[in-house]
Amino acid sequence: MMILTPILVPLLAALVFALAGWRRSTVWLGVGSAAAMLSLGVVAAMSVVTTGPHDAGPLRIDALSAFMLIVIGAVALIAAVATPAHLRAEITAGRDTARTATRHSVLVHLFLAAMAMAVLAADLGLLWVAIEATTIVTAFLVGQRRSRAGVEAAWKYVVICSTGIALALLGIIVLNHAARHAAGGPLSLDLAELGAAAAGLDGDVTRIAVVLLIIGFGTKAGLAPLHAWLPDAHSQAPAPVSALMSGVLLSVAGYAILRVKVISDVALGAGFARALLAVMAIASLAVAASLLLAQRDYKRLLAYSSMEHMALVALGAAIGTPLALAAVLLHILGHGLVKASLFVGAGRILQVTGTSRIAAQAQPVTANPGSVGLLVVDGVRGLAARQPLLAGGFGFGVLALIGFPPFSVFASELGIVRAGFAAGLGWATAAALVLVLVIAAALVSHTSRMLLGEPPDTTDTSSLPATTAVAIGAALLACALIGIATGPLTTLIDLAADTAMGVR
Amino acid sequence: MNETLFTQLVDLTAGAMLLTAVLILWRRELAVIVRVFALQGLALAGLVAVLAAHEDSGELWAIAVGIGVLRAGVLPYLLRRALAVAARRETAPLVNVAASLLAAAVLMMLAYVVSAPLVSLAPSPATRAIPVGVAVVLIGFFVLVTRRRALSQVVGFLLLDNGITAVGFLTTAGIDLAVEIGVSLDVLLAVLVLQLLTTRMREAFGDTDLDGLRELRD
Repeated sequence: MMILTPILVPLLAALVFALAGWRRSTVWLGVGSAAAMLSLGVVAAMSVVTTGPHDAGPLRIDALSAFMLIVIGAVALIAAVATPAHLRAEITAGRDTARTATRHSVLVHLFLAAMAMAVLAADLGLLWVAIEATTIVTAFLVGQRRSRAGVEAAWKYVVICSTGIALALLGIIVLNHAARHAAGGPLSLDLAELGAAAAGLDGDVTRIAVVLLIIGFGTKAGLAPLHAWLPDAHSQAPAPVSALMSGVLLSVAGYAILRVKVISDVALGAGFARALLAVMAIASLAVAASLLLAQRDYKRLLAYSSMEHMALVALGAAIGTPLALAAVLLHILGHGLVKASLFVGAGRILQVTGTSRIAAQAQPVTANPGSVGLLVVDGVRGLAARQPLLAGGFGFGVLALIGFPPFSVFASELGIVRAGFAAGLGWATAAALVLVLVIAAALVSHTSRMLLGEPPDTTDTSSLPATTAVAIGAALLACALIGIATGPLTTLIDLAADTAMGVR
Repeated sequence: MNETLFTQLVDLTAGAMLLTAVLILWRRELAVIVRVFALQGLALAGLVAVLAAHEDSGELWAIAVGIGVLRAGVLPYLLRRALAVAARRETAPLVNVAASLLAAAVLMMLAYVVSAPLVSLAPSPATRAIPVGVAVVLIGFFVLVTRRRALSQVVGFLLLDNGITAVGFLTTAGIDLAVEIGVSLDVLLAVLVLQLLTTRMREAFGDTDLDGLRELRD
């Protein structure tokens, strides 16, 4: 029963929203349910640390799942705190109605329930079903605006992610085939059982399965080669949903890859998954870096940065030493917090300025003589002068993202790089380091054009809603605190890294 | 059922799946493609029914009926409904028909090479048909990436899925029933989502040619 509650709480919240709708009395329900998820995650983590993993039918909670529950709860809480102000502004602007706000809330809570189920699943099959369920639920959130861009993003999202996840299903089927004919007697798809007895799996068959599973779940994690959906979906979804998708959905798929890697390492040796993941990580970093350099849209900027960070997670998983895996987990948490705050900030900037473009230069864009009648939208610039608080939050967020101390992303990136050089993946790590520096430079230059400079002459002085400011500030503060000292999280992260190593 | 008849029936139904996949690659009229897709659903249901008769398992018989209803009935019906409001013909796919058929031949050989370890792990009449399932998966993937009409892409995705289901039953005569139900539900939902999007796409773009999808690029 205890294990079931993190899934039941958001389901219940979704039900309440479906019945009562978006109204004054239900506005804060989302915050309550997210806070409940976070505290359930903490309680579960404490009980796992003291008494070890628990089983309950098709669900299991171990240190890794408890850690992921905390990440989901924390990011969900940030998104939930920012949601009421976001939806209120959208409704005032006439882009949303009470009905679409209700639908939004129902879908977000179903999405949270599906993610909780994914990290609690004891069985590879159930994990797959839960991750596929997140695709279906979020497709409606991505395509919420029935604009051309919204529909296009949703279409790409469903087609590419469903295909990727179908490949993962084929991988599960192939793995199941290997498990049924394992040397030490037939095995089920239970993750722990497979991890323990994977040595008896047929090597050639397992190799096919692992490739399919890692590429399939990698699609959902935004790793190359099937990453094309990510920037579109992240830029078209409403801000709180982008925060959730980028902050946790990607890492839940990354969690699935970690689970597959445990099985692969035992069955095939560490080298196989390592080579595959390292190649995918470097390819994703290269794609992200090349598309970030000339990026003109700040939501896409953040989306490509998510690709970069998931690539770092993949690289850390490829390295696979305890230090690397602990850094990967810290990175997942730190990136989730920072990216959630940045997407919340980006959503607010979009509402204030009405454009998601970054100004090209300090000069306003002049109209092309040939395009008479075409509205030339100047991008965002001079935000610091107009919206100092919002600009400050966004600026600090970007600094945290590129790994400035004291934020935890600094510690985790440093950990991954150190582990990489120590574990003999020097070339891959060095290449990744160069690409990360390029990305950091691009991020800083684009952000400075947004924040600094002469503000356009508008009399708009709408102030930042208090709850939005709290969400952004709290996320950054939490990230900085974790960066300074992980405190009681250390034990959990170490235990979870052990689980990801296959030691129970 | 004796072993020879079983082998022949497995080969017949698996062969029908492959043939329908190639036909889908060949034909351009979307109405024909949907009809051929329904035939493939029937072949898949037949394949599962043959396995059910061989294993004498009531559960498998029920799954065979379910697959027949879903893949030869419900899904083609949904596709036809989308067709009523969409374009009739796959205009200008990225790769022409002759090249597509050649590609299909290459994909089939690839399927045989790739699935060799799967067959040799547990040789039996059923597992020897696995390469056919893998070939259908690859052809589905090919349709998905080379077609421009939204509806053809959905058919490509469904082909891929039929192939995966076939491989699933050929390897183990069905994974867990719960997983099987989850998978079928997911496919149904994914198609419903895609169908909804096709309608919205028509509202927004006027047609469902994915060439219209050019707003979001870098």
